[in-house]
Amino acid sequence: MHTGFLLLALLTLASAGAAMCLRNLVHCALCVAISFVSLAALFLTLDAEFVGFAQILVYVGAVAILIVIAILLTRDISGHGQSLVFKPWTLGVGVGALVAGSLVSAVTSSAFTHRELPPAPAATVRQLGESLMTTYVVPLEIIGLLLTAALLGAVLLARRENEGGGRS
Amino acid sequence: MTTLQSYLILSALLFSIGLAGALTRRNAILVLIGIELMLNAANLNFIAFWRYGPHPEALTGVMFALFSIGVAAAEAAVGLALIIAIYRHYKTANLDKVTTLKG
Amino acid sequence: MMNWFNNLSPTSQFVLFSALKVVPAVLVMLFIVAYIVLVERRLCAFIQDRVGPNRAGPLGLLQPMADAVKAFLKEDFMPAHVRPVYYWLAPALVMIPSLLTLAVIPFGSQLGSQKMVVADLNVGILYTFGIVSLGVYGIVLAGYAANSKYPFMGGIRASAQMISYEVAMGLSVIPLFLLVGDLNLSTVIGDQTHGLFSWLVFRQPLAFAIFLCAAFAETNRTPFDLPEAEQELAGGYNVEYSSMKFALFFMGEYANMIAASAMMVTLFFGGWTLPFFGLDQPAATVLGGLVHIGIFLAKLLVLLVLFIWVRWMWPRFRYDQLMNLGWKGLVPLALANIVVTATWLWLKS
Repeated sequence: MHTGFLLLALLTLASAGAAMCLRNLVHCALCVAISFVSLAALFLTLDAEFVGFAQILVYVGAVAILIVIAILLTRDISGHGQSLVFKPWTLGVGVGALVAGSLVSAVTSSAFTHRELPPAPAATVRQLGESLMTTYVVPLEIIGLLLTAALLGAVLLARRENEGGGRS
Repeated sequence: MTTLQSYLILSALLFSIGLAGALTRRNAILVLIGIELMLNAANLNFIAFWRYGPHPEALTGVMFALFSIGVAAAEAAVGLALIIAIYRHYKTANLDKVTTLKG
Repeated sequence: MMNWFNNLSPTSQFVLFSALKVVPAVLVMLFIVAYIVLVERRLCAFIQDRVGPNRAGPLGLLQPMADAVKAFLKEDFMPAHVRPVYYWLAPALVMIPSLLTLAVIPFGSQLGSQKMVVADLNVGILYTFGIVSLGVYGIVLAGYAANSKYPFMGGIRASAQMISYEVAMGLSVIPLFLLVGDLNLSTVIGDQTHGLFSWLVFRQPLAFAIFLCAAFAETNRTPFDLPEAEQELAGGYNVEYSSMKFALFFMGEYANMIAASAMMVTLFFGGWTLPFFGLDQPAATVLGGLVHIGIFLAKLLVLLVLFIWVRWMWPRFRYDQLMNLGWKGLVPLALANIVVTATWLWLKS
C-alpha cells in the first residue's frame, strides 16, 4: 500500500468522523473542510487535477465557508444542555455500519477491483472543455439553469418573512 | 501501488460516516454536512473508476464528478438558506423542534 | 560538485531545484512586504502633505527593522474571553494562502535550464482561485476567535464581501482564457509576446477593470476595506490581537496585495516579458534570466504603488453600495464580457 494514500485516507476518515461527532459546531465545520481538502489531494493522486482544484474552489472555498457562516448565524439560544443526537443513536450508527459492511464486503469480493494503476491518461483542460461543449452540452445547460434557480431560491428563502417586497 | 479496491473501501467508509452522521445528529446543518460527505464519497468513486477504467479518454467519470460538485454547490446554497429561514422562524436549527407544518 | 549532482535521482534533483526556487521567492516576498509598508507610509504622508517616517536610517530605510523589533518585543497579550485555539490559528491562516498562490506564478523565464516557476500546473488559474478562496478562513476564524461583537461583525462582513467578489473575479478572467485557449499561466504569458498591444490589458480592458475592483475587495483595501473599518468596527476582525499576531494580520494584507498584483502582472501585463529588445523570448543566458525576474518585480512594484495610491485617494464605500456594485454591477458586466468575447471569437473563426 502506498504511504501517501494511507495518510490521506486516514486524514479524510478521521476528520469526517470528527465532523460528525464533535459538540462544537464550528469545530465540525472546520473538520469537514479538512476532509474536503484531503479528498482534493486524493483526486490529485488520481491525476484528476481539474476536479481536485474545482473541489478546493467549490467545497473548501464556498460550501464549507457557507456552513461556517450559517453556524455562526444560527447559534442555538434555547437548546443548551440538550442531547446532540436523536435518542436511539445506535439505530443511525447501526444503519451506517450495516451499509459500510455490505459495501466493503461487495468491494472486496469483486475481481475487478484488484486492478493496478494503468498509465496516466492525458486529460488536458482543452479536452475537458471540448467534451463539455459537445457531448455534455445539454447537462451543462441544465446545470446552469439549476444554479440560477438555486441562486434565486436561496435569495428568496433567506429574505425576512415580514418584509413585503421592495427592498431585498 | 494503490489498487482500485483501496479507493473504493475508503469511499464506502466515508459514505457510511456521512450516513450515520446525517441519521443521528439533531442539528440541521450537521445533517447537511453528512449529506455533503456522502456526495464526496460518490465523487471519489467516480474519479477512481475513471482512472482505473478501460476508457479514461472518454472523461465520463471526471464529468460526473464535475457536475456533482456543481449540484452540491446548489444544494448547499438552498439548504443553508432553508436552515436560516427555519432558524428565523423557530429560533433553533434543531430538527426535533421543527415539527409543526403550520407557522 | 557536478558529479555529485548528476548522481542524484530525478526526484531528488526536482526537490532540490524546487527548494532553491521556493526559498528565495518567499524571502523576496517577505522583503517586499516589509518595504511596501514603508513605501505606503511615506507615500500616504506625501499625499497628506506630511513627511512620514524618515528617522530610522537614511530616508527611513531601517524603519521595517524597527517595526519588526517592536512587534516581537511587545507583550503577546491574550484577552481572557477569546477562544484560544482559533486565536492562534487565525493569523497563520491569513498568511498561508498568499504564499501558496506564488507557487504557480511564473516570476521569470529561465535561469540555465530551470523554468522560473515553482509548479507549472496545467490548471494554474484554477489553482490560484482555489487558494485565494481559502483566504476567507483566517478572517472568519479571527472574528469568531475574538468572541466579541465588533470582530465578529468584521469577520462576517469580510466573508460575505470576499465570497461575492470572488464570483466577479472568477468571471472576469474567463474571456482571457477564451482568447488564450489554455489555463496554464506560462501559456498565458506566451500569448502576450506579440508586441505591446498583445498584452491582455489592451485586448480585454473591461476584464482588467473588473479584476482590479475585485482585487481591491479581496485584499480588503480601500475603497472596500469595510471589514476593518476603523470608524465603524473599531478595527474589525483583528481588534483583539496585539504584537506579533497583529503583525501577521498586517503582513497578510500586504502579502495578499502582492499575490493579487503578481496575478495581474501575469494575466494582463505580460508577466516577465517586455515587447522591446527581444525581451519577450525565454532568456538564453543567466543575465537575461535575471533581467526577466527584474522586469517582473518592476511591474509588480508599479501595481503595488497603484494599490497604495488608490487607498489614500478614495473614500470608503458603504456596505450596501459594496454589495450593489459587486452583484448588480461587476457580475453582470463580467457575464456580458464573456458573451461578447465568445461571440466575437465565433464570428471571427
